[in-house]
Amino acid sequence: MNIDKRLVRKDSLEKLFDILKQNSKKIYAPFSKDGKTIFKDAESFGGILTGYVQTTESSKDIVFPRTEKILDYTKSKEGMSVKGIDLKDIPDVILWGVRPCDAIGIGELSSIFNWDYKDEIYNNRLSKVTVFGFSCYKSDDYCFCTSVGGNPGNTTGSDILFTRLGENGDYLAEVLTEKGESVVSIAPGIFEKSETAEKEKFLAEVPVKFNHEEIKEKLDKFFESNEWVKQSLRCLGCGACAYVCPTCACFDIQDEAHGKRGSRTRCWDSCGFSHFTLHTSGHNPRDIQSARWRQRIMHKFSYMPERLSVYGCTGCGRCSRACPVDMNILENLISIQEVTL
Amino acid sequence: MVDLIKRAKELLESSAVKVVIGYEQGTGNKTRALFAEKAEDADKLIFDSRCVQNLAAYITKKEVKEKGKMAVAATLPVMRSIIQLAAEFQVNDNNLLVLGITPESKLIEFANLIEVETFVHQYQIEIDVRNKEMLDKLEKMTQSERWKFWTDELAPCFKCYACRAACPMCYCSRCTVDFNQPQWIPVASTELGNLEWHMMRAIHLTGRCIDCDACYNACPLSIPINLLTKKMLTDAKEHFGGYQPSLKGDHLMSTYKPDDKENFIQ
Amino acid sequence: MMDSLYMPYLMRIERITYEAPGVKTFMLKFVNEADQEKFSYKAGQFGEYSVYGVGESTFCIASPPTRKGYIECTFRQTGKVTNALSGCEEGSIIGFRGPYGNVFPLDDWKGKSLLFIAGGIALPPMRCVIWNALDLRENFKDVTIIYGARTVKDLVYKDELKDWELRKDVKLVTTVDPGGESPDWKGEIGFVPTIVEKIAPSSKDTIAIVCGPPVMIKYTFPVLAKLGFTDENIYTTLENRMKCGFGKCGRCNVGKVYVCKDGPVFTLAQLKELPDEY
Repeated sequence: MNIDKRLVRKDSLEKLFDILKQNSKKIYAPFSKDGKTIFKDAESFGGILTGYVQTTESSKDIVFPRTEKILDYTKSKEGMSVKGIDLKDIPDVILWGVRPCDAIGIGELSSIFNWDYKDEIYNNRLSKVTVFGFSCYKSDDYCFCTSVGGNPGNTTGSDILFTRLGENGDYLAEVLTEKGESVVSIAPGIFEKSETAEKEKFLAEVPVKFNHEEIKEKLDKFFESNEWVKQSLRCLGCGACAYVCPTCACFDIQDEAHGKRGSRTRCWDSCGFSHFTLHTSGHNPRDIQSARWRQRIMHKFSYMPERLSVYGCTGCGRCSRACPVDMNILENLISIQEVTL
Repeated sequence: MVDLIKRAKELLESSAVKVVIGYEQGTGNKTRALFAEKAEDADKLIFDSRCVQNLAAYITKKEVKEKGKMAVAATLPVMRSIIQLAAEFQVNDNNLLVLGITPESKLIEFANLIEVETFVHQYQIEIDVRNKEMLDKLEKMTQSERWKFWTDELAPCFKCYACRAACPMCYCSRCTVDFNQPQWIPVASTELGNLEWHMMRAIHLTGRCIDCDACYNACPLSIPINLLTKKMLTDAKEHFGGYQPSLKGDHLMSTYKPDDKENFIQ
Repeated sequence: MMDSLYMPYLMRIERITYEAPGVKTFMLKFVNEADQEKFSYKAGQFGEYSVYGVGESTFCIASPPTRKGYIECTFRQTGKVTNALSGCEEGSIIGFRGPYGNVFPLDDWKGKSLLFIAGGIALPPMRCVIWNALDLRENFKDVTIIYGARTVKDLVYKDELKDWELRKDVKLVTTVDPGGESPDWKGEIGFVPTIVEKIAPSSKDTIAIVCGPPVMIKYTFPVLAKLGFTDENIYTTLENRMKCGFGKCGRCNVGKVYVCKDGPVFTLAQLKELPDEY
């Protein structure tokens, strides 16, 4: 559908929030906590974080929860009764306040969860999310969305993309999908007609830092390089980068039992953990950190583009910001591009 | 830190050590660990007030240890960790040389770990004012208020284990949570499971934690888990007169005196 | 009921066979007839078998698709889930998700001879394709099976080994490691690669299917190369740490390949393209 351009006055955002709340909409937004940002249910407009370059954690929790029950079971004399989750229990949610790099990340995550086998629970969650993207008017040294095919005003993945037109300005609201239109229809007064507002000059500058095609080609020959060891010596093997990443989807499946009842849960996991590939026999195909670091980069920049035709990275920079030891993915990619084989 | 660079170069050129672990300039205003293996790498060494990462976390890391003898630029907290690690047989004079950095930012080289211990014992482990205030606040809460405080604080924790990875004392090649027969602590991030993980870690650190705040600094969500370990420290002081890391290995939790009080059992 | 990707079928353990120390075979039947009707699979595929409340474990489907009405799995007691499975009795209900993975291309092998080489607990993934081939015996020329284990006790499917030995249209060679023989042992004595070299099966128009512990495979491939087998004609089934079975959890990703989706059946040619991370 054609992009429906609207104008939303700067004071109308709060009014929009209130209208959505009156219509019993659940709103999931970023909030500040001790200098970091976490996403949670927003009961009121005040407190929703604005003016940030990027949130600490991504919003992938809303379609790919960190802990998700996949079945309940009960043992009885008659046998075993197993119940899956009821998709009707998954509520509609408005994801308020994600950057274009996060919105595009949802698409990359969806590629994984729909690769040949379709994860219906994931798809159901996704179908119930309406994404309010907010363009970036500022960036920092960690951002590199433009190097991986994105940009600070990218509409991909958003249902409505809001762009602030200058400091203290009103918002250009690009209504991109039917879900976006249905929001407009319950708050028509908020979304004024506007065909003239242009957003380009209000977007952040994010210079391209590397050529992703070149990197993908180079990675094919880079597997045995000693660069991986050099880059990963300070890596401590935690899961911070994977967990804040909007496109990391590795997971574990765990059972819990309480007497005759119990459940099975899917939860986040990270290829950076030392026991991720550990066999019960004790054999570990990736038993040094450099092999695990290499897997992270290869998977995002070589294997995923090859098999799923999407990048495993949106250039949001969260991993580098969150890393306790400053493993800067942008720096590492640039050094891969520059190293002669 | 000119002295440090000079000394590091000497050590590397003479092959007295195979790697010098220190700090270098990181992204933006951050600093990060540097592993200097050639003399020219040592030019990147820096030291200033931003350098708080506990480098002792690396001296038990397989990929670093196997390079050979290590030298580490050690501030007081790092020195304390080193003594505790030595007491637990993880490092010794054969594989580690300590390039001490005094609280006045002067370089001081130690001939052996006994000298490091003597230096470290001149200083008491003190909990800073801000955190002391927070601990007092927690102390004054009722049990259910405290339970709610911690449940809320730990709810965002997504079990990335950055706290464990950054802590020099968490060097177990297979952590308790990584065993599944039985699975002591649930793998997934859940309300109760998160509490269990952090409580268990605090208890595993009692008598070993030297209050470097590496866990809190590493946490991507700035959860104040260091309050748990600081509480253990204050309890240890109150009930047992406190502790210092000590090469003798008379560990607080494994030494028994007949007049030990037991009033923490309630 | 397989309503979501993660939902297992309910299976009842019909029969437990004790194969070797720590090794059992379960014969499983679908609790719901409707599931049985809809279910089909091909040789080479695997599933995720679970004890509710304990967890899931990956094993191949060890019975051939030519036998309807049940599936079988054989496993060794090694970790948390296999220990729990070992404790199950006949009549217990367990879970099964599958079939996953790719298949042995039996259709492509029509008219050729088949050489099966297996070691120890790696006979189960081969048993499916061996019986599948034997049930369609007329499709193939010569069928040779070389199977070895550490000791006589460790040989699995002992009754079936006897069946294969008696068949005139199958050449079966069994062996045990030196020192593993019993006083009345009549088979070969020697490591599997050594016996393969001794038997020296012809590589002419022959497909070799090899499965075994890494050390056995490592020494068998060069023997086969010496006998004239090309990398495209040597097949194996790869074991890797797996969890979801359908290419999403990331655990079995090796290079550009997901063992659960692009495998577990690979030719040696394909295996050589993978990084050494399995």
